[in-house]
Amino acid sequence: MRIGVFICHCGENIGRTVDCPSVASACANFSGVVHAEDYKYMCSDPGQNLIKQAIKEKNLDAVVVGSCSPHMHEKTFRKACSDAGINPFLVEMANLREHCSWIHDDVPSATRKAIDLVRMLVEKVKFNEPLIPIRVPVTKRALVIGGGISGIQASLDIANAGYEVVLVEKEPSIGGHMSQLSETFPTLDCSQCILTPRMVEVYQHPRIKLVSYSEVENVEGFIGNFSVTIRKKARSVKDELCTGCGLCVQKCPIKKVALSDFDEGLATRPAMYVPFPQAVPNIPVIDRSVCTYFKTGKCQLCKKVCGREAIDFEQQDQLIKEDVGAIIVATGYKLYTIDKKPDESMIKGYGEYGYGKFKDVVDGLQFERIASASGPTSGEMLRPSDKTTPKKIVFIQCVGSRDESKGFSYCSKICCMYTAKHAMLYKHKVHDGEAYVFYMDIRAGGKNYDEFVRRAIEEDGVKYIRGRVSKIYEENGKLIVKGEDTLAGVRVEIDADMVVLATAMIAQNDSVKLAQTLSVSYDKYGFFNESHPKLKPVETSTGGIFLAGACNAPRDIPDSVSMASAAAAKALVLFGSDVLEREPVVAKVNEATCAGCFYCQKVCAYNAIEQKEIKDRQGNVIKVVAYVNSGLCQGCGTCNATCPSKSVELLGFKDDQIYAQINSFAEVF
Amino acid sequence: MNFGYYPGCSLSGTAKEFDLSLKEVLKYLDTDLQEINDWCCCGASSAHSASHLLSVALPARNLILAKEQGMKEIVAPCAACFNRLKVAQHELKTDDHIRINTEELLDTKYSDGINVLNLISLFQQIGLEKIKSNAKVDFSKLNVACYYGCLLVRPHDILKFDDPENPTTMEEVVKATGAKPVDWNFKVECCGAAHSIAHTEIVENLSMKILDDAINYKANVIVVACPMCHSNLDMRQKNIIKHNPGRNKIPILYLSQLIGLSLGLDHKKLGLDLHFIDTAPLIASLSENEVAV
Repeated sequence: MRIGVFICHCGENIGRTVDCPSVASACANFSGVVHAEDYKYMCSDPGQNLIKQAIKEKNLDAVVVGSCSPHMHEKTFRKACSDAGINPFLVEMANLREHCSWIHDDVPSATRKAIDLVRMLVEKVKFNEPLIPIRVPVTKRALVIGGGISGIQASLDIANAGYEVVLVEKEPSIGGHMSQLSETFPTLDCSQCILTPRMVEVYQHPRIKLVSYSEVENVEGFIGNFSVTIRKKARSVKDELCTGCGLCVQKCPIKKVALSDFDEGLATRPAMYVPFPQAVPNIPVIDRSVCTYFKTGKCQLCKKVCGREAIDFEQQDQLIKEDVGAIIVATGYKLYTIDKKPDESMIKGYGEYGYGKFKDVVDGLQFERIASASGPTSGEMLRPSDKTTPKKIVFIQCVGSRDESKGFSYCSKICCMYTAKHAMLYKHKVHDGEAYVFYMDIRAGGKNYDEFVRRAIEEDGVKYIRGRVSKIYEENGKLIVKGEDTLAGVRVEIDADMVVLATAMIAQNDSVKLAQTLSVSYDKYGFFNESHPKLKPVETSTGGIFLAGACNAPRDIPDSVSMASAAAAKALVLFGSDVLEREPVVAKVNEATCAGCFYCQKVCAYNAIEQKEIKDRQGNVIKVVAYVNSGLCQGCGTCNATCPSKSVELLGFKDDQIYAQINSFAEVF
Repeated sequence: MNFGYYPGCSLSGTAKEFDLSLKEVLKYLDTDLQEINDWCCCGASSAHSASHLLSVALPARNLILAKEQGMKEIVAPCAACFNRLKVAQHELKTDDHIRINTEELLDTKYSDGINVLNLISLFQQIGLEKIKSNAKVDFSKLNVACYYGCLLVRPHDILKFDDPENPTTMEEVVKATGAKPVDWNFKVECCGAAHSIAHTEIVENLSMKILDDAINYKANVIVVACPMCHSNLDMRQKNIIKHNPGRNKIPILYLSQLIGLSLGLDHKKLGLDLHFIDTAPLIASLSENEVAV
């Protein structure tokens, strides 16, 4: 083999601590190395030309570059070598920067280490094989999970670019939490007014297939080729027949049976209902747990009044299959509700705030409903207990957020802004009222955000108290809020009429289950993980699956919308080509030695291992062996490490390559 | 049933009636207590303000004795003892440094494995059904404020007993006697604890708020499971009323005394005559099947 070694100074990054010319001359003596040189910036055009030139002049057939991390420039050097006629997988990089010069300061020993690092890869590259990128076809159709503002935005972007979208929403209507909000910060424009036109656009879009009241049950396949099973829950209404006239809802005799989810438990709804007047699709649902017919077998009033004969008591859940090439997860968040005993052991609750015990202690979304014109009080500021106007109201921020002892260590990000908005909305409606905000810090980073908070304080006279509240209790019809003003260093007691808790934004209940269905990673709080916190913020660890909005981390509307458009753009990049090229660094099974124990199948995090039957000429099955679906395989190597008979190997990182690398290092000692 | 017993200093001194009533009730419920032989002070609040090692070593000595004497579960009725024993167990388990120093100091090896019960968890073990089925006196008109104080439920991470901000286990025991627990505000508020000696005015002020709230929520009696709480609410009550006139008295009972009353046990044997606030009117009203407000 004729190997070329190229040592980069990376300006002074490597050159300062590693004597690069000495490394190059030492490497020239390694067996198999026919060319070695150093250069100040190997990644630059002249640097790359040095490599190309050497490949041609010296007739090289493998290259080792000693420079920065492969994360940085592996692609660059592989491309340069490929242009000069070498298979890109015969190019290796020794990381002389992150692994050597940046972490050491003694020049002689850092230089010795650099030589060792290069030699190890010289030995490895001798065992490298040319690999060919994997080509897979692309289904140019997207699945969007979640019909909140993020899912809506992503669906519209993809559909408007000319591709089909399947939008799955678990609730009867799309709209998500945004449809519950009164006004939005920092402009105080009405949430519904800006959202509902988009909801309608989704419904009417010829390329968007809206599947509401449904959940994703199973996902198979890989990037460009997913096969998705969706459970369409029984509405008890035939959606193709229903016109949304609403007569059945009007006639349902069970008027106030269940607490309305949309109104956050502050109002009731009938057994037959549409979550809210602007719901999309405007098709009612029968809540079978409270419907008289389903409980006693009598009534059927809705069926009698329906002129379209759309009511179907016999309807069952339906499983539908969709083939898509990309998936966008936009399942959003939920608010931490501390009245119900949460099952996660990490939450210890806030019993001292009496939420769930005192009717006038509400959470942020409940206050949105009270402030909203479409809410249970028609937008009038009335407290839940006795429907009077609270004259003194206290807002408490960071309930559950930034509180490791009782809640979560993360910041929920939106509460500083929405609390300022709440206080402002309150002051705009109750001019003689007093509004207090207990805060830890005011985090108002964003365009016109800080100005908005200042406006609440300076123009609307909201009183901000820096400190925590230790207890809320009821005394003579007042809610006594005991807290501390840490700036003044005094204890504070406020006899409030109503208290609003800005509780933490948390992951949806079933987020972990969905993450496992999708084979994407999630953090300890149940939020989906992005692939890289800075450079791949909408990608996941699984190719072809992207994230949008608050399912990834607490996020406000503008950020969610931007992220949704970014995720849509990533899906569109995928749809830009007919065939997909993937790195061939995947596992491969030696079918001759595989004993079919399928330990590899059990440990594979990406469901990439399948079972393959080996047949004789007559078509009889001789044995069943493991088979790696190279579309799904992410090249993690877990199967490789698990296989008892060493029958699975990771291409590009085969055992003989790794052993050669290690042995060459061991030889030094 | 059989439990090891760690009375601590209070139950053999200022809280004699706690000890009396507990033993009386357990005798009735066929439960034996075996006192740890040669037990010593748990360190209470004094040891941990003087020496961290001592605050662990003192309870550790008692835990080691209990184990040597073949006990698996011990009852520490005093909330402070319960707290110190649990905290020591936690530290010995999680901090090798403190465990090695403790073992060196005591010249004995420490091993985990004693389950420490407080008054409430003891009754949970015995079974609330047993209390319910043996209740003889009609408590249906008795309103009880359950006062937990601080040491029984905090720190939650170590004690792992009930919700530290809104505990409800004592209410369950009280319900078993047939009495009605009131839903009040101050069941875990501070009574002032050991400030009783040096800063009596602080204790009077804090305890007054607790008494006021209980009365406000129509309680006829406050029930406690801590000698310190009892002493502050009971002994300081006369002065509280003297310094803040216009207030009613409210008797303070140990949970074991309330259970004893419901079982129809002798009042004297329950030590009900040993309180500063007279319990006679309450007892009288119970026997008349009417409860004074």
